[in-house]
Amino acid sequence: MSDQVQEKESLFSAKNRKLISNAIGKDNPITVQVLGICSALAVTAKLEPAIVMSISVLFVLGIGNVVISLLRNTIPQRIRIIVQLVVIAALVILVDQVLKAFAYEVSKQLSVFVGLIITNCIIMGRFEAFSMANKPWPSFLDGVGNSIGYGLILIIIAFFRELFGSGTILGWNVFETIGLYDIGYVNNGLMILPPMALIATGIIIWVQRSRNPELIKD
Amino acid sequence: MNSNSNSYIFIYSVVMVVIVAAILSTAATLLKPMQQQNIKNEKMSSILASVNIESTPENAEELYSKYVTQELVVDAKGEIVGTFENGKLSGDARAFDVNIKAEQFKQSQGEAFISPLYVLKNQGKTFYVIPMLGKGLWGPVWGNIALEDDFNTVVGVIFDHKGETPGLGAEISTPIFESQFVGKSIFNKSGEFVSVTIQKGGAQTLPANMQNHAVDAISGGTITSVGVDDMMKDCLKNYVPYIKNQK
Repeated sequence: MSDQVQEKESLFSAKNRKLISNAIGKDNPITVQVLGICSALAVTAKLEPAIVMSISVLFVLGIGNVVISLLRNTIPQRIRIIVQLVVIAALVILVDQVLKAFAYEVSKQLSVFVGLIITNCIIMGRFEAFSMANKPWPSFLDGVGNSIGYGLILIIIAFFRELFGSGTILGWNVFETIGLYDIGYVNNGLMILPPMALIATGIIIWVQRSRNPELIKD
Repeated sequence: MNSNSNSYIFIYSVVMVVIVAAILSTAATLLKPMQQQNIKNEKMSSILASVNIESTPENAEELYSKYVTQELVVDAKGEIVGTFENGKLSGDARAFDVNIKAEQFKQSQGEAFISPLYVLKNQGKTFYVIPMLGKGLWGPVWGNIALEDDFNTVVGVIFDHKGETPGLGAEISTPIFESQFVGKSIFNKSGEFVSVTIQKGGAQTLPANMQNHAVDAISGGTITSVGVDDMMKDCLKNYVPYIKNQK
């Protein structure tokens, strides 16, 4: 993954495209690297916070990867982790402030978890493993790819949790409209609780591994 | 310059911190008015919601000025020390700006404190809205309770919380829990203040004469339920002298 990209390579060369497709598929940060699980469990009870969280991570990781990549030759080795943390913290505080100003309701639902993007292992992991050794453009693609991979899983989990837990999608009453309550369906409170997010993540990992046997190493 | 020398690292970190601080403080200063407006709108919406008036962040301010006719501030003896009416303030403080947390601290220190009270008029009826603040399991819980003009019957309540457990303690802010309070009374037949008890095991386990002063607690949210119960008793009892004065 962290090979140096050749000079004069086209913007979307096969190698660059792989940076995105790999991160979504067989190198997905959540299901394969099992990173960023904490926030995935916490914000997926409803679809809207999951989407906002994904966008926030996309912003922090996309910009952060570029910033670190631009600075990579100036960052002193001995304080590189501190520099990475400062970049993440600054971007996260920006996201938090903007959400509080323009999406107040969502920022309340996300509460501490936007702040906890700082400790999201995916972001530190990508800074350390990729953008410290690569040029800005591949780093940007890598950041975008990984956050899409992260966001995709979040949105899939949140879709099922909100649908079966509250009977709604983005606040729209799906089950009521199709009349599922009339034939005796009751909202499943377990879906709203954190353990169900863990089980849902487990099921996604299971499905992905059974379809991609090369992921099973041992 | 050697990028591993101490002086390089020192200069590097100083420059980095200064740049980041400049960016963040600019952003915070620029966004502050909008954030405060959001907080204000939410507070107004919550006051309106306790008497079942729906509002959105866009029209909260307009509806608030339409329905809230008076903002009162009462002291521990039940005297009115501040009135805000038709955009004019008379007395010491405006109810909307009273910091309940600071007042509760003063109260705990045995100092003089004040309590805010909102008077709403809707379809010829007068309602009194009392804001409340207390402790849940993971953080503060707060809310508004609306009383009819007999200062006894509950018209509606709104609760909110900082971070109670979803599905358990967080259920206090759902309509299922809040609607239980409608029609309950906070004074018993002989006129003593009893508040509304949040009863573990359900209100129907109480004697019949107490059931009008109790609602069912949240299953699996005992500490949050107890927190809300304490909050209601602690906050409402500060208004008892004022209510007695009115009767």
